[in-house]
Amino acid sequence: MTITRVLKQAALATALAGTSLAAIADDYHIGVTVPSADHGWTAGLLWWAQRATEDLAEKYDDVTFTVLSASSGTAQVSDVEDLMIRDIDALVILPHNPATLQQVISEAYESGIYTVVVDRELEEPSQDVFLAGDNPGLGEVAARYMAEELGGEGDILVLEGPSIPINTQRVEAFNAVMADYPGINILDSQTTDWNPQQALSVTEDLLGSNSQVDAIWAGDDDVLIAALRAVEENERDDVQLIVGGGGSQRVIEMIRDDHPVVRGTVTYPPNMIASAIALAVHGVKGEQLGNMYHGVPSRVILAADLITADNVEDFYEPDAAY
Amino acid sequence: MNDATNPNSPGQSGLQRLRRLPINATLLAPLLALLILFVLSSFASEYFLNARNITNVLRQVSYTGIIAIGMTFVIIAGGIDLSVGSMVALVGVLLLYVVNAIADPIQAVLLGMLAAVVAGSLFGLFNGLLVTRGRMAAFVVTLATMSIFRSLALYLTDAGEVTTRNPLFSSIGGGYLFGIPIPVWAFFGLALAAHVLLAHTPFGRHVCAVGANSQVARYSGIRVERVVLSTFIIAGICVGLSAIMLSSRLNSVSPSDAGYFYELDAIAAVVIGGTALSGGRGSVWGTVIGALILGIINNMLNLTGVSPYLQGLVKGAVILLAVLLQYRRTG
Repeated sequence: MTITRVLKQAALATALAGTSLAAIADDYHIGVTVPSADHGWTAGLLWWAQRATEDLAEKYDDVTFTVLSASSGTAQVSDVEDLMIRDIDALVILPHNPATLQQVISEAYESGIYTVVVDRELEEPSQDVFLAGDNPGLGEVAARYMAEELGGEGDILVLEGPSIPINTQRVEAFNAVMADYPGINILDSQTTDWNPQQALSVTEDLLGSNSQVDAIWAGDDDVLIAALRAVEENERDDVQLIVGGGGSQRVIEMIRDDHPVVRGTVTYPPNMIASAIALAVHGVKGEQLGNMYHGVPSRVILAADLITADNVEDFYEPDAAY
Repeated sequence: MNDATNPNSPGQSGLQRLRRLPINATLLAPLLALLILFVLSSFASEYFLNARNITNVLRQVSYTGIIAIGMTFVIIAGGIDLSVGSMVALVGVLLLYVVNAIADPIQAVLLGMLAAVVAGSLFGLFNGLLVTRGRMAAFVVTLATMSIFRSLALYLTDAGEVTTRNPLFSSIGGGYLFGIPIPVWAFFGLALAAHVLLAHTPFGRHVCAVGANSQVARYSGIRVERVVLSTFIIAGICVGLSAIMLSSRLNSVSPSDAGYFYELDAIAAVVIGGTALSGGRGSVWGTVIGALILGIINNMLNLTGVSPYLQGLVKGAVILLAVLLQYRRTG
């Protein structure tokens, strides 16, 4: 018994830089799976997942965590299967693509695992808690801020994300607000897939075909950085304002340093995964939140906050990966 | 395989005795690697030998494993097919369209499966014709079609996931037969058929001959173009089968996600399995072992909770190690 135990530990220690072995004595094991870092936001997601699991593991000695990241939806299906083998009590998942993960999340949920789905909603709800950012809110807050900054008048470009539902929600809400401002003219609305390289070339093309642009809504902070570079390289002094989305530390630092063009962004925080993990801890233990008279709510939508020079310090986290 | 074994002589050395086993030397190295990995994994995680875990790993492996079997033929004949991953997405989308278009659930599933295999073989035919008639390098042709197939899948679906409400469909890839998942049956059934085709038929010998030296093969009367074309069609049929298993397991297809990087996993499985990337020789069982090795690595990393940032490194190192071991043994 002890020999196998020693062998096990030795095999692990030599072969792998393992992070969690101590799952034996603990009462609750929480599995976390997120898409791997293919752009800034997802990199932030993994950083925050690891940060939250470290913090919470320190705080609660009866809870252990396993964090996995998957490069595709099908790989994430395997991750969930593997986590289920490891007897997890709770699953926190930000699904790559909801339909691909639907089946396996249902299997986990129906087997009695406390399930928290983050950001991307399943068609057939199979979870205890759904937690997400406010996608329509992101578009709405950005649009109001831009309209006010521009004094209700100007020509703007919109850089959209990939054609997935959350992008549509953001852009529709943005356009709905802008419809109230007849002085604002949306010159063009193009997709960048939230990919900085594509954003750079799309912005260059759009700047080339529009001689007067007052502002750009980038919708994502990595896209904002790319758009800003295109504006600077083309020496376009007509662009007075670029607004992003997400809340990356690079953009937050720009706002903090009083950047002339980048003065505001709207949160869609990757640390939503951290809150989701914290909720899962309460949920799996059957605890209540603070002084609430109920257990963990079944839907939690985080606010879309406007970050400007006035409140930038509240969002400044210099170590974060996004 | 070792068909022509010498009659037993009393003074045989251990090595000779080993050679009498129905495994050839190239297969021995990957098999050894698989065994070492298996033992290591059972020590590294208490969950590894769990029956459910083993069936999970086998199922996870089967999607790329099925494709790797098709890839084995293409690579032995001296080609390569980079388009298989994108083809999974496109075939999967077409398959779900057929399943959703037909009202009767049984008919829908049967015709959908037929459509997937037909579509896969047609796309394989397309690749093969470009390589043989178009006289272009397989690498270039399939690099182009990789882009074309993915793009078509995205265009057809507007990049959205396709799902189905057919009640029977998900029981193909999600179902079990005698306690073993159906995709695993498909994988091993296909492997058996492919092994017979490769090792025990004139066609299999022609595939090897073409890959070893296509000029010599041509002079000895083999219709080289036809053989090469057939290998691409075989790869396409395997893609069709894989798409059926994958999309029915998930009950959906994501055009941007399905088959993502499958070509690399398939090629890795083939190479780990001892098939020469330059063509001419190789075995189906080697590929099956290669696919299992890759699957167990993934599973072990997940079960032991290795840092997600380090998983790629460990996987790459094990691939290098497996191939290195193999060249030491066979070289």
